[in-house]
Amino acid sequence: MIRVLVGMGTCGLSAGARQVMDALRVLVEAHPGTATLGATGCIGMCYREPLVEVREGAVRRVYGEVDPALAAEIFSRHVLGGEVLREHVVWAQEADGGTWGSELDFLGPQVRIVLRNCGLIDPESLDEYESRGGYAGLRKALFALTPAQVIEEVKASGLRGRGGAGFPTGLKWSFAAAQPAGRKYVVCNADEGDPGAFMDRSVLEGDPHAVLEGMIVCARAIGASQGFIYCRAEYPLAVRRLELAIEAARVRGYLGSDILGSGLSFEVKVKQGAGAFVCGEETALFASIEGERGMPRIRPPFPAEKGLWQRPTNNNNVETYANIPWILVNGAAAYAAYGTEKSRGTKVFALAGKVARGGLAEVPMGMPIRDLVMGIGGGIKEGRTFKAVQMGGPSGGCIPAAQADTPVDFESIPKTGAIMGSGGMVVLDDSTCMVELARFFLHFTQDESCGKCTFCRLGTLRLLEILERIVRGEGQEGDEDRLRSLGQQVKEASLCGLGQTAPNPVLSTLRYYPEEYAAHIRDRRCPALACLPLVDFVIDPERCTGCGLCAKSCAVGAISGAVRQPHAIAVATCVRCGRCLATCSFGAIRKA
Amino acid sequence: MPTNEPFATRLWRYDGAPGELIPLLQSAQEHFGYIPRGAIQHIAGVTGIPESTVYGVITFYNQFRLQPMGRHLIRTCVGTACHVANARMINDTIRDELGIEVGETTPDGLFTHFTVACLGCCSLAPVMMVDEDTHGKLTPASVRKILRKIKREAAQREAAKPAATAAVAKEQP
Repeated sequence: MIRVLVGMGTCGLSAGARQVMDALRVLVEAHPGTATLGATGCIGMCYREPLVEVREGAVRRVYGEVDPALAAEIFSRHVLGGEVLREHVVWAQEADGGTWGSELDFLGPQVRIVLRNCGLIDPESLDEYESRGGYAGLRKALFALTPAQVIEEVKASGLRGRGGAGFPTGLKWSFAAAQPAGRKYVVCNADEGDPGAFMDRSVLEGDPHAVLEGMIVCARAIGASQGFIYCRAEYPLAVRRLELAIEAARVRGYLGSDILGSGLSFEVKVKQGAGAFVCGEETALFASIEGERGMPRIRPPFPAEKGLWQRPTNNNNVETYANIPWILVNGAAAYAAYGTEKSRGTKVFALAGKVARGGLAEVPMGMPIRDLVMGIGGGIKEGRTFKAVQMGGPSGGCIPAAQADTPVDFESIPKTGAIMGSGGMVVLDDSTCMVELARFFLHFTQDESCGKCTFCRLGTLRLLEILERIVRGEGQEGDEDRLRSLGQQVKEASLCGLGQTAPNPVLSTLRYYPEEYAAHIRDRRCPALACLPLVDFVIDPERCTGCGLCAKSCAVGAISGAVRQPHAIAVATCVRCGRCLATCSFGAIRKA
Repeated sequence: MPTNEPFATRLWRYDGAPGELIPLLQSAQEHFGYIPRGAIQHIAGVTGIPESTVYGVITFYNQFRLQPMGRHLIRTCVGTACHVANARMINDTIRDELGIEVGETTPDGLFTHFTVACLGCCSLAPVMMVDEDTHGKLTPASVRKILRKIKREAAQREAAKPAATAAVAKEQP
């Protein structure tokens, strides 16, 4: 029987997948026996959502940008009539394994380990997870290996923490395992707070059992009895799917007491975060699970010794756990075969910003940035110029296009002044002002600083104030040096990762784009025309229809002109608020 | 324990288990739409956690609100991808259209406007959510269209109630 699958991740839903699903349901019900309808997670092709797949055995056809009308056409012509609508197929697989479709460049170079099931299975079905080899890794960990052997296997795979710091996972597990037996915890950090990163959300929504299985294996390895998944409350769908997965796993004996008769007892609870970026820091995360304000603690003692409720705790992020079942089933050597010498395996990147094909891509470590952006990502939108990528979110930095041959791995990226981070990769073009971008990130970290230590609480505020005056056109001589020295101090004197990395966006843009800072401070000019107080607004007389809307919107009366005649802006009166630009429906107002 | 359990049941079932304060606050907010003073006193009374500590936790996290919300919640994304796609212009448009700053509620109680760090649908940037609906690839014109439609529908609903007609006429000159 033909199976019709609709991508129902958050990105699919926001692009209209629900309406497509509703339309298809009516059709399937009207033609009983022709096809079954199902939901799946995110395949990563966010830029072509909503996606609909028509699957017959191994033959798969994925249609992109499907609206209810196209869904009806797919149903009548393809499902009922057997005709493939080739012009709408983004990716297809034939019975012999051959692939074709308009988006082959996007999926072709990928190696999908973490995303192995995303977009393929119904995330709410344990049967489908098991049919893809699910929980085989757990069985191996329970019955074929000792806890020490599990840890050895993870060590041998070379897997390093995917939350950003890149600490070797097997080594981390061995610390918690070495603690005396007793109450221990396994924690999964699913508080994906970096703006511009959404890989963890897609895994939780698309393959929740993979994360659970990884956590249960960890519990076996370190001897833990209770697990917590700390998930962002902004991800309601992920929370719901995790809870369904936990319930299903418990019914089938993968969770609870005496798991599969092995003697291991382990429970998992979902804890919803309440919106604090600092809770991505593990000790702050523990404080939040304990019901307190999420403020970091001084380390040592490290979590392996004294973590959640002062008990030995192992904390990894979503992507790290999702790798574990694959490593156990396929062997450490198979995993270590991907990547570079010190950064093994694959990494999921969230491509966003000015890139043509935004979405999730999982690639072997060590792939040059250029291949990710220009190859998989399809280059820059609207044919503009590739300026830089921003990696690691507010803790990271910019890597200019000139260094696009840098391989993505834990050794090479920090050398550029950026960090691997959790895998957010925001692509920037020539319309992005780097000073303004630094201000944006500082504003974010300043707002999210928990206030515990002085350098983070006040240092980030002073950095922000300097950046704000620069983008307002009030920069002072010596501001660059002030930013550099203060940034260095905040880095060195802050207690946790938030403060230690907060100056990175400033320091890395100062390093690569000193001329942009100079232009703002000395010439009172923004080369990218992004800082409104530093640009002039002009009306293009060719495009202006004289509708007068902009003149009405102007609070200072700087725009004048006769009805139905091109208007003009008095530069001396204009306060550069940008309102007229937002008002014009004809694109007649531009920045100069 | 399911996370969506009603506030009263959750409070009633509280057995002193550690780490329950934030889930209690979340269910209170789900129930009332914000956290009223009475709920703080009630939670403090049942858990034995001082009111000042409860208040401290509420104000630490972005999720919790101490003021009631408007009927429609607008959340504009100010994540990196939306930022570089000019999310600021979207916020400015909302400010001009509704006359409120971020974090405020319109005097008629129809809209509350918040920003969020990232909604996670970066390829649709710039994005906003109005209640549960996500709107992507926004322009100032499309934002105005969406907001005006909601205003119009609210006005129509009000007009359908005969007694309230006069009040609506005053609100929308």
